[in-house]
Parts: sequence; structure tokens; C-alpha cells
Amino acid sequence: MVIALIIIAAIGLLVIFVIGMYNALVRCRNQVDNAWSQIDVQLKRRHDLIPNLVETAKGYMRHERETFEAITKARSQAMGARTVSEASKAEGALGEALSKFMLVVENYPDLKANQNFLSLQEELSSTENRIAFARQNYNDQVLFFNNKIQMFPSNIVAGMFGFGKRDFFEMEIAAEREAPKVSF
Amino acid sequence: MWELIRANKRNSILLMVLMAAALLLLGFIIGLGFSGDPAGGFIGLIFATAIWLILAMVSFSSGDQILLAASKAMPITHDDHPQLLNTVEEMKIAAGLPAMPKVYIIADPAPNAFATGRSPESASVAVTAGLLGRLNRDELQGVVAHEISHILHRDILYVTLAGIMLGAIVLLSQTFLRSMYYGSMMGSRRRYSAGGRGGGQAQLVLLLIAVVAAILAPIMAYLLYFALSRRREYLADAGAARLTRYPEGLASALEKIASDPSPQLATVNKVTAPMYIANPFKRKGQRRLSDLTSTHPPISERIRILRNMTHGASFRNYSDSYRTITHHKTVIPATILAKEDIPLRSPTAEAKEEERLEKQLRQVGDIMRRVNKFVFLTCLCGLKLKVPPNYKADKVKCPRCRRTLDLSQK
Repeated sequence: MVIALIIIAAIGLLVIFVIGMYNALVRCRNQVDNAWSQIDVQLKRRHDLIPNLVETAKGYMRHERETFEAITKARSQAMGARTVSEASKAEGALGEALSKFMLVVENYPDLKANQNFLSLQEELSSTENRIAFARQNYNDQVLFFNNKIQMFPSNIVAGMFGFGKRDFFEMEIAAEREAPKVSF
Repeated sequence: MWELIRANKRNSILLMVLMAAALLLLGFIIGLGFSGDPAGGFIGLIFATAIWLILAMVSFSSGDQILLAASKAMPITHDDHPQLLNTVEEMKIAAGLPAMPKVYIIADPAPNAFATGRSPESASVAVTAGLLGRLNRDELQGVVAHEISHILHRDILYVTLAGIMLGAIVLLSQTFLRSMYYGSMMGSRRRYSAGGRGGGQAQLVLLLIAVVAAILAPIMAYLLYFALSRRREYLADAGAARLTRYPEGLASALEKIASDPSPQLATVNKVTAPMYIANPFKRKGQRRLSDLTSTHPPISERIRILRNMTHGASFRNYSDSYRTITHHKTVIPATILAKEDIPLRSPTAEAKEEERLEKQLRQVGDIMRRVNKFVFLTCLCGLKLKVPPNYKADKVKCPRCRRTLDLSQK
């Protein structure tokens, strides 16, 4: 009788324990998803800014067709990305194209003085920062989540309910470690 | 991070309980001192509770609004100052806050900033015009990150509630001490010696205790409040370094704030002072206040700690740097000292300092005029006119070309 009670109590405790761990994992996963959606929002903002930027710059930079084409191409590739690792690569390329564009802008003082362009530049550099910070936050959350999935005892619960590891969002290319520097 | 927030919530509750106990005790002692019997003590207790309840209710429902109004802060939008709003949004994203804080600007040349609110869902950040006029983007980001850290660590509710509690204690003891003072001036001593010789003597002792308690209670409460707010400043600095990955931004902002020659902030008092990023009181002469009574850690020390973080931007790096600089035990709770590998980033490139400053100061002047409802007009000759709201006529003459401009169309 006593043994039966002890066994029941032990099973009850175990169930509570598993439920708690499961809920913690779900909370972490939701945080990762939420952090990812933040990146998504900012990437979309970047994609939306580019046509405006190109439109404003076109009038001043008549002989830079290649630069514009590179940006437009990188943008459409980034918009078509499906997975996290695909997006990492495409967004990295877009960042590179943008920083090249900003270097070229240095040769056009008229454009640099344009009020509209200046405000676009502030928006763009803020967007680059936002992407960087959203990525920072996302990667922190992913690290936390992946640690939970791999470490004992939560790894058992994660295995039981099929929680999978998440990818980091790196967005880094060999040449450019930083987001494009927008200078004033 | 969660451990830090939980610990902070626990400390806030502890402090509130301590201060509430002090307030109730003070009420009881004052009541006892006045009447000489326990029944009076309980009346004092009820009185103190009533003060506290009213203040707590008001502060919880609209404390942030009161503080913002008292600091003469005005709300601004993205169009008024894109850079400030963008920086706040960036830091909100970095901290993973659930909502964008409301942004306010204070028309004051002294550079300073504070955050307030009940929760991360309903928080506000206020910066002075002087701050906007002097800092570059990285420095502004550092200051905003410090304020966002206060929001993230739940310091804002604590400061509001503890400030109100402190206010209640001060109010109660001041009321009592003044009534004693005027009471003795008018020579109404009869009241205290009414109950026979022995009783009068005992009551005099009680009264004396009440006076001492009324003098000591606010001092103790201040010390407690200030000690905890100093610790939170360090923590917010550490949080800012971690969010921005760039401790130098905040360090150089603090340096500019410390060396600013403008007069001290106009709308500040002892209770609101701990909210600000840097102590808003300028010291008169070279009188050095002791560490116990200052609301903020010495700014030079904060700068040195931030500048000494050369290995990374994690809480652990801050803690190590803190120990090297101050030779004290770390202020960072052990639960968040986990080894994190957070590299520092490099500064953003910006235009030359003098050029930027001049442009920025003009920009800030315009924002202040806009939030103060000035009317902006551009004359055909190219001159920009800024007409104050108390200018009543509907026509104005351009001072350069003498054309008459119509104000009604705006």
C-alpha cells in the first residue's frame, strides 16, 4: 500500500516535472520565433527602402548602372529567400551591394546634399542597425534554446516531443563583417 | 537576464515593504507622541496608511504622466527627430522589448535623460534638448541603451513607487515637525500637560521619540533609496554596453554630460533625481558630497569602468572591469555572470565634430520651437521665419526683404 502510494507520488512528480520542462521549451521556442519575426520585419523595411533610395539617386548618378543593377538583383534574391540559411546569404550579399553603393555616393556631392537623400540615409543606417540588433537578439535566443535542447535533463523532453535545433542568423561574408557603414 | 529581472522585482518588493513598515511605524509613533496613548498611535497608523494608499494609487495609475509633466517633457514623433526615434527603436529591438517606448523631449540645455513607466509595455523615455544637441549617434545610442536597460530591468516601476513612498514619509514627518514647531511657537503647551504630572512627563518622552523618529525616518529612507539606485545605475550601464556592444559610446556621452557648462536642469528635485542618467544637481563650489548621500555613482568612475571593458561587452566583462577600477565586490548579481562571448563593435563613421554640432544645435532649436507651437514660414527671398505662438497678428513682415507674409495659411 505504502509502496504503491510512493510510486504514484513519484510518477505524479515526474509528470509535473516533464510538463514544466515542456512549457519552458515552448516558451523558449516562441521567443526564438518572435525574435525571428523581428528580423523579418526589419529586412522587409530594408527591401522597401531600396527602391526609394535608387529612385532618388538615379537623377544624380547617371553613369552607375552596374551599381544599381547589383542592388536591385541582390534585393530580389533576398526577397525570394525561403530558409534562414538562404536568407543569411542573400541578405549578406545585399548588405555588401549597399555598402558599395554608399562608397560610390561619396563621389556625388550634390546627391549627398539632397535633403530627401539625407533622410533616406538616416533611415537606411537605422535599418542596418535594427537588423544587426534584431539579429543579435535572435542569436541570443537561439543559443539559449539550443543549449536547452542539448543539455540534460531538458534534452530528454525535447527528444520526446521533437524540438529541433534552430539555425543562427549569421549574415556574414568574408569581406564584410560589419553592416555597411553609412557615413554622413 | 530573467534571473536579473526576477531579483530586481524581489528587491523592489522588499524595499517597498521596508519603506511601508517605516512609514506605518512613523505614523504610529507620531500618533502616540501626540496623544500619549495607544489609541492615538492607531489613529496615526490609519493616517499614514491613508496617505500611502492614496499616493500609491495615484502613482500606479498615472505616476509616469505626473513625472513627465513635472519635468515639462513633451511628446515627439518620428518626423520631429528621426535619429532619436530611430535610436530608441533600435535599442527596443536589441532588448527585445514588447512595445516601443513613448519618446519625450525636455526643453532644457542641460544634457540629461530618464525613463519612466509602469512596465515595458507602457514605458517612456525623455531626453533633454541639450543632450540631442551635443551627442553624436553612437553616444545617443549609448544613453538610450542605458534608459532601455532601466526599462528592461524593471527599474522604472521601482523608482516611481519608491519615490512615492519616500515622498509619503517626507510628507508625514514634515507635517508633524511643522505642527510641532508652530505649536510650540504659539505656546500651546497646555495640551501636553493636561493628563496630570506623571502622564505629562511620559508623554514628553514619547513626543521626543516621535520628533527624533520624524527626523531620522526620511534620512534613513533616502539613504536606502539612494544606495539601491546607485547599484541600478551600474547595472544599467552594464546593460547598455551589452545592448550596444559599444561601451565607448556611453562612456563618451557621460564625459560630455559631466563636462557640460550649462546650468543645472530646471525641473528637478531630490525625489526625481535618481531617475536621470547622470546626477542632475550640479555641485556648488567644490563641496564634495559623501558617497552615502549621492544618488549616482561618481561619473568619472562609471566612465573608467566602461572604458576598461576591452575584452567584450558581456555582464561578466563589466563586472571584471568594475572590480579592477573600484576594488570593490562586484555589483552584478552572480546569476547573470555566465560566460558569454560578446565581441565589441567599431564606431559608426560620422561627419566632423564641429560641422555636425552646428547643424545639430540648429535642428534641436527647431524641434523645440515646433513642439512649442511656433509657426514656420519661408519667405520668397529664402529667409526662414519662426513665429512664436503668442504673436497675435495674422501678417508678418520679412525682416530681410520687407515683404508682407500671410500667417493664416501656415
